[in-house]
Amino acid sequence: MSLLASVPGFSSNQTALNPAGPAAVHIEHTFALIFWVTASVYVLTVATLVYFVWRRRHTFDTIPEPAPTSTESDRFATRAVTIAMAVTVILLFIMLISSFITSHRLGKMNAEQALTINVYGHQWWWEVEYPNQAEPYRMVTTANEIHVPVGTAIRIHGTSRDVIHSFWAPNIQGKRDLLPGYTTDILMQVDKPGRWRGQCAEYCGLQHAHMSFFMIGESQKDFDNWMTAQAQSSAQPATPQTKHGQQVFLTHSCVLCHTIRGTSAGSRVGPDLTHLASRSTIAAGMLPNTVGNLGGWILNPQALKPGSRMPPNQISGQDLQDLLAYLETLR
Amino acid sequence: MSVTPSVPQAELTEAELKQAAQLEYIWQEPKGFIGWFKAVHHTTIGIRYVVTAFCFFLVAGLLAGAMRIQLAFPESHFLSADKYNQFFTMHGSTMMFLFAVPMMFEALSVYLVPLMVGTRNIAFPRLNAYSYYLYLFGGIMFYVAFLSNTGADNGWFSYVPLAGPDYAPGKRADFWAQLITFTEVSGLAVAVEILVTVFKLRAPGMSLNRIPLFVWGQTIVAFMVIFSLPAIMLSSTMLLLDRTGGTQFFNPAVGGDVLLYQHLFWWFGHPEVYLIFLPGTAVVSTIVTTFSRRHVFGYLVLVLSLVSTGFLAFGLWVHHMFATGIPQIAESYFTAASMMIAIPSGAQIFCWIATMATGKVVLKTPMWWVLGFFFVFIMGGMTGIFVASVPVDLQVHDTYFVVAHFHYVLIGGAVFPLFGALAYWFPKVTGRMLSEKLGQVSFWLFFVGFNVTFFPMHLVGIRGMPRRVYTYPANMGWTLLNQIESIGYIFIFLSVLIFMWNVFRSLRRGALAGPNPWMAGTLEWATTSPPPKYNFLHLPTVNGREALWDAAPNQPIVTGLDEDARSVLTTRTLDAEPEGKDEFPGPTIWPFLAAVATTAAFVASVFTPWGITLGAIPIAITMIGWFWPEKQPAARRREREIWPSE
Repeated sequence: MSLLASVPGFSSNQTALNPAGPAAVHIEHTFALIFWVTASVYVLTVATLVYFVWRRRHTFDTIPEPAPTSTESDRFATRAVTIAMAVTVILLFIMLISSFITSHRLGKMNAEQALTINVYGHQWWWEVEYPNQAEPYRMVTTANEIHVPVGTAIRIHGTSRDVIHSFWAPNIQGKRDLLPGYTTDILMQVDKPGRWRGQCAEYCGLQHAHMSFFMIGESQKDFDNWMTAQAQSSAQPATPQTKHGQQVFLTHSCVLCHTIRGTSAGSRVGPDLTHLASRSTIAAGMLPNTVGNLGGWILNPQALKPGSRMPPNQISGQDLQDLLAYLETLR
Repeated sequence: MSVTPSVPQAELTEAELKQAAQLEYIWQEPKGFIGWFKAVHHTTIGIRYVVTAFCFFLVAGLLAGAMRIQLAFPESHFLSADKYNQFFTMHGSTMMFLFAVPMMFEALSVYLVPLMVGTRNIAFPRLNAYSYYLYLFGGIMFYVAFLSNTGADNGWFSYVPLAGPDYAPGKRADFWAQLITFTEVSGLAVAVEILVTVFKLRAPGMSLNRIPLFVWGQTIVAFMVIFSLPAIMLSSTMLLLDRTGGTQFFNPAVGGDVLLYQHLFWWFGHPEVYLIFLPGTAVVSTIVTTFSRRHVFGYLVLVLSLVSTGFLAFGLWVHHMFATGIPQIAESYFTAASMMIAIPSGAQIFCWIATMATGKVVLKTPMWWVLGFFFVFIMGGMTGIFVASVPVDLQVHDTYFVVAHFHYVLIGGAVFPLFGALAYWFPKVTGRMLSEKLGQVSFWLFFVGFNVTFFPMHLVGIRGMPRRVYTYPANMGWTLLNQIESIGYIFIFLSVLIFMWNVFRSLRRGALAGPNPWMAGTLEWATTSPPPKYNFLHLPTVNGREALWDAAPNQPIVTGLDEDARSVLTTRTLDAEPEGKDEFPGPTIWPFLAAVATTAAFVASVFTPWGITLGAIPIAITMIGWFWPEKQPAARRREREIWPSE
């Protein structure tokens, strides 16, 4: 199967045919079975068609009189059609049962010990929460990058904050719609470390094309370190420049939508920026998180991602430099 | 349209010539500019349907071309996100609501079914005219809105809440919802006409087991239309009410439900696929029979396949919603039902192959299109198994794999048979043959172009490219495949151009066809090409499944219908024994006026709910005019007949 996916220039971190977790592996098995069965049936049927058309073709330019049907040839045809139908039904049942077994396996993953991660779909980004039952104030909130320990069952507890989105990281698990008014639990597990790309799979408006995320599989140790760091409050500005940058953040419209824990910015309309600099992309996986991209994004998100919910900002050059310097400290 | 009477008049006796002149006088369509709006004959309206639906096909095809240019390069700026979203929504909505169903069901059946069952006009001819104008006006409204930058942009399904009042400001979604109302009213009207035509107006002798497969197909479709379209009229009306009337059917914040919309939509949306595909199979059955020079193998199996597809189609709608998270037991049911639909489809395909394998295959253009249908449609059926299996569907759903799948099913199952049908019946409709050479060139261009365009979509979908994205990043490995797809579009474009040139040229210079150029067996070939407005000089009777092939040397004809009125013979539903005679209404302007009034009400309701209230008044006036009893026919009857009560 991976033949279909292995092509030069193809990064294969967003395909069902390069599974990185048990759910995707199960699905790939059924996929392969159906592929080989249907491919053989297709070739056989079309070959039969071509053979008979070739053999029975009428080569003159006239149209012959309609022939009376002969019972003998029809008896042969009846037999052939009956056998073909029987084979069809048997093959369908084989594929049906394989599909049932896979569904059953997907439902049987270890739900009790799963790590729960809340995912909320927004137009057009993903809000990610790691709830902490014991110490609720240590809940980690981030966006568009979902760190998970490899080899551990994960429960994505999802819903939508606006329209319907669909959570889909094909290397790990099939997609599931996030519906406003409903919550859903998706069980999955990442076995291979790496950055697995996912993307919204339900049309959700203007920027549906730019609504991706990464599932980052890492060792338990790396994951724990990451969690500890993310649970911290934001870094306090140390230099005059970053101090001024924080003031710029808090006195401009940024504060109306974003949270930076440890400051007075606490709105939840846009992504939580407490550890913005620890993320590798901005704008839902659209741009690498560099100072240049971030500056451009802050000044005019509408030029980069037309329709994005973030408005353009009027910030002077010096203020912007300081703001960026401050944001770069939010590791 | 050039009219070429192709039966040498010398063959008719003097009495027949006189009868022909009388029928011509009684059934003629009114002349002149105003007369154009009064026409009620099914061949007139049928041709208008074909031409209109084909125009919408061209427009939607051009929109697809713009999308292919946009997707040929990653992060391209040929179309903005807003334009692209309008383009794909208009493309899908036009193809589904303004091309596929109107063309495959309404156009083909309105023109052909009355001829194939051997009667003089469709049942309820004025309703037929009304339904055509509604369809036309709905389409015009939709495109006027599009050209005013108010094109629908929520996908052809317009899911809530994206299309609801909170996330779709403006009037875009309202125009979409009203387009649905227009096309569905028109579709339902035609469904009723077809059912009554088939069940009451068949030629004597055409019992249920002798109805041509084409007519069977359209009959099943008519039933499916009646059972499926109300669901989408309901959902689109509820959407419109949420948007303009302040109801909250789909608002989760106050207890509304976004999934309800999807259930209603797909209750219609899945059968919709079969509304498009069953007429295709009906065409394939007809062409395979004619060009294999034998009665179709497995007539009963084919009819039962049509019927069971019609039933099963209503049990599959949830397979469009697997990703919403369906409980496992329900999932299993819908997986099984989705896979079972392969059984009747498979049975049909095997029967057609058996027909060809035991007949003499004549390779003319219509047959080439049907052979193309086999290659393409079977592939679409095979990928259908992938989307029927829940776990696999969760990976391919809403990716380009599905885009490939349904283009293989719908273009394979409908457009290939459609071009076959156009080539096959063109001589009947116009009296002239299409060029065989140009026909085959356009077939091969289309066949190659289609596969170049749509086959790579399977691959790009498996490689993770979702549907309905206006662009994609450069480093995903999707670029090359998308460029191949865009190149395939050029082939399809050329093929359609050549087809249109072929039509244009053949209308003037094509060889004269004569009544039955393919020596086919169904009744439409028993009359001249093009058929006169009274369809048949002598109403035929039927002796077998292929009426002309099975006709006895002295096959009787129907006589005794009134010659001074639009008189038709009615027959019994099961055995088509003559039952009585009925008189059809003649041309009138009222259906057109009623359609204008209805259009005004529908368009006004986009802007205010008062549109329906106030708009009902002109509708009522025009309907009263339409149904006002006419004295003439009654008076004629009195003169002509003995009325027992008097």
